[in-house]
Amino acid sequence: MNALSPAPEALFGPTVTHPRDGGQGHNLESDRFNLWYGATQALFDVTFAVERGLVTALIGPSGCGKSTLLRAINRMNDLIDGLKIAGEIRVDGRNIYTPDTDVIALRKRMGMVFQKPNPFPMSIFENVVYPLRVDGLSDRRLLAETAERALVDSALWDEVKDRLQDNALGLSGGQQQRLCIARAIAGEPDVLLMDEPCSALDPIATARIEELIDELRGQYTIVLVTHNMQQAARVSDNTAFMYLGRLIEYGETEAIFTAPRDTRTQGYITGRFG
Amino acid sequence: MPAAAVLSVPSASRPRAADLGAQGEPYLWMLGGALALGIAMIAGLLVLVLWNGLVTFVPREIALLTLADGSRIAGETVRAETFRVPAERLEGLAPEAKAKIAAEHGLARRTLYRTGNYDVYNDDFRWIADFEVAGVAYPDGMIFAERLEWGPFVGRLQSVTVDGEVLAASDIRAANVRAAHDLARARWQRIRKIERVEIGAVNHILERERLALRRVALTSGEDSAAWRAAAARFESRQTDAQARHKMLALEATRLKERDARDRIVLVEIGGAAKDMALSQVVRMYRANEFTWADRAAIYLSRWWEFLSDEPREANTEGGVLPAIFGTFAMTILMVIVVAPFGIVTALYLREYARQGRVVALVRISVNNLAGVPSIVYGVFGLGFFAYLLGGNIDQLFYAERLPNPTFGTGGLLWAALTLALLTVPVVIVATEEAIAAVPRSMREGSLACGASKWQTIRRIVLPRAMPGILTGIILAMARGAGEVAPLMLIGVVKLAPELPIDGLFPFVHLERSFMHLGFHVFDVGFQSRNSEAGKPMVFVTTLLLIALIAAMNVTAIALRNRLKRRFAGGHF
Ligand SMILES: Nc1ncnc2c1ncn2[C@@H]1O[C@H](COP(=O)(O)OP(=O)(O)OP(=O)(O)O)[C@@H](O)[C@H]1O
Ligand SMILES: [Mg+2]
Repeated sequence: MNALSPAPEALFGPTVTHPRDGGQGHNLESDRFNLWYGATQALFDVTFAVERGLVTALIGPSGCGKSTLLRAINRMNDLIDGLKIAGEIRVDGRNIYTPDTDVIALRKRMGMVFQKPNPFPMSIFENVVYPLRVDGLSDRRLLAETAERALVDSALWDEVKDRLQDNALGLSGGQQQRLCIARAIAGEPDVLLMDEPCSALDPIATARIEELIDELRGQYTIVLVTHNMQQAARVSDNTAFMYLGRLIEYGETEAIFTAPRDTRTQGYITGRFG
Repeated sequence: MPAAAVLSVPSASRPRAADLGAQGEPYLWMLGGALALGIAMIAGLLVLVLWNGLVTFVPREIALLTLADGSRIAGETVRAETFRVPAERLEGLAPEAKAKIAAEHGLARRTLYRTGNYDVYNDDFRWIADFEVAGVAYPDGMIFAERLEWGPFVGRLQSVTVDGEVLAASDIRAANVRAAHDLARARWQRIRKIERVEIGAVNHILERERLALRRVALTSGEDSAAWRAAAARFESRQTDAQARHKMLALEATRLKERDARDRIVLVEIGGAAKDMALSQVVRMYRANEFTWADRAAIYLSRWWEFLSDEPREANTEGGVLPAIFGTFAMTILMVIVVAPFGIVTALYLREYARQGRVVALVRISVNNLAGVPSIVYGVFGLGFFAYLLGGNIDQLFYAERLPNPTFGTGGLLWAALTLALLTVPVVIVATEEAIAAVPRSMREGSLACGASKWQTIRRIVLPRAMPGILTGIILAMARGAGEVAPLMLIGVVKLAPELPIDGLFPFVHLERSFMHLGFHVFDVGFQSRNSEAGKPMVFVTTLLLIALIAAMNVTAIALRNRLKRRFAGGHF
């Protein structure tokens, strides 16, 4: 904290932006987005654009609003009483906070992986095909194919292929998290939103999930919240640094980690605060 | 603190010893004691009911007493007690008896004997004071015969006559006597079946046709073409039914005539002979010549009769099958109503209703409903369900039966609905708690997959909450099955010859009144002509009621535990 000057204007200058261009345009855009939990503001004028097909990491100290921003993208925050927003978040150019937005359709386009694995109390198979069940699909062959593909993609297939009908709650924590990833990609979304997917995992499971993110690169637009700087450096193309509800710097990962342009970014990644 | 002084520790300005409360022991003892007391009370109750219930059917020996005045009585010992001898009874006593009573401060022992033979003595039971007894014996040949009417007969066998021919054997254990008895009983069962079931069915059909005709008369008027067609059909059906009725009645008469020719003559201890049809004796045994196997066989056959037969003798004898069935059917019906109703209400309150003052008020009201005296529900059920709803249903659908009410009076359906109302708060509260306990992360996981709110509730929240909901249903079931007060207003009767489910269309008769074990306990113990004879049945019926509720609960709990296992696991 001591690295920061006290004056708020100096503290929160305009966002420094220099992301890598994915060449496929923007998938998500946040335009002067503000969010309040009741009377307390959690996000201030967040403006940035996520490149299609790339992995974007969200970093920042605890409580800076990373999860809030991520959950704003698929409107998971709608569940919270007393939530207010201002500004826009656009998906493929369309504001998702208009009254006529089909929230369910929006969420179907996005897979979400939560910080803590949250498998449903049903069989492994039913967990994976849940997005399809929700769509009313019941063609056995289609379900089986989808489940296999999603489980292979999430690097879980070999471990569970012989016990697909077992209860998912019997899996280990790391397996459960990969199962949740499989569930997130089974619905064939465009965007994967991951909120610290490795925080509950051991290094081996973490490595597998990082590998997985690497494999998924290009197929999906991935937004990844992480506390682990090495992880962000390893797997992401662009990195956004958030601080006290604001987006401070958003740029190419390599540049952010080697030559941050904002002093607060530098302070954070060198471990001087946060 | 002498120890402190010895060690020469500087004496503290405050006491160092922890006070008793700080160690928690007294509270622990108090809590433990309270728990132990509670358990002891429940255990005591269960043991009392179990013991009394289980010994009731044990066949006992028959004592033959010779009294001081020379008369003799015979009977089963029921119980003994100490009593204060009234002055007028002291007068005629021998001096040594008087002295003995005086030594006991005017107290003496007396014993209650079940003498049976109500038709001869005008009483089943008799108290005999110890000082009246000159001698006690347990002679062979004493017979205890349970009869269809007049209760048991205690005495000796004189003769058995089959089809006018006196059997040579004068022992009820002889093979030919037994065979004759079995045959007579089978014949009697057959007569009962004809009269109750078969003629009942014919009457039922006849009544249905008559009502159908009346219905046509009410809707299209008499003398209309439709009515005439219906009347013609009714005529032909009626002739059929009458023919069948005649045939059955003839068969019954023939069997009855035959039945009247198998007779048994028993003599009581005073010498009065009683000649009755052999089929009137349900069960007889020589009470003083038992082997253990005999005893067990009679014990079991009494239990079997109790569980599988209809009551007789103002419910003090026979079985309680209709009451078991009524209790079971009513409870199941109640659960069928209360479960969806309670779950849907709780779902709405918790998931859809805007949380605010109104919902808070509703919630408080629901909780308070559980505290309303149950008889109030009975009154409500009678007024609302039976008279208002049922009355209107009768007007609309059963007009042809009026003025006899169909649904316009107490019955199985209304009783189940009333109890559902009584128990719905339990289900609502349990369900609300269960769905509130579903982790938020699971709902979010489902919503993030693009599931709608309803899909999330149906596929994730409800299954996950199901064990908790089942707990609520189990509690509701336990409360509902044991409730009697409201039922007395809304459909339970002392004796319901027709079960609510039978072989006659439409098979399930929800409008019928029914019997209930809880009410049966009350009726048998306190409402019957002979409360002494009913008393043991109170315990047996109570035991049965407890067993039935326990069985239903155990089933539900097993179901819940199977569900629960699905949500266990999850190691990290
Ligand atoms: N449901 C809520 N109601 C009120 N305030 C909330 C709620 N959720 C989050 N907040 C507040 O919003 C701010 C941002 O929270 P958020 O969860 O987005 O932080 P985060 O960056 O994800 O932190 P972490 O790295 O610890 O997960 C915090 O100050 C938090 O206290
Ligand atoms: Mg977070």
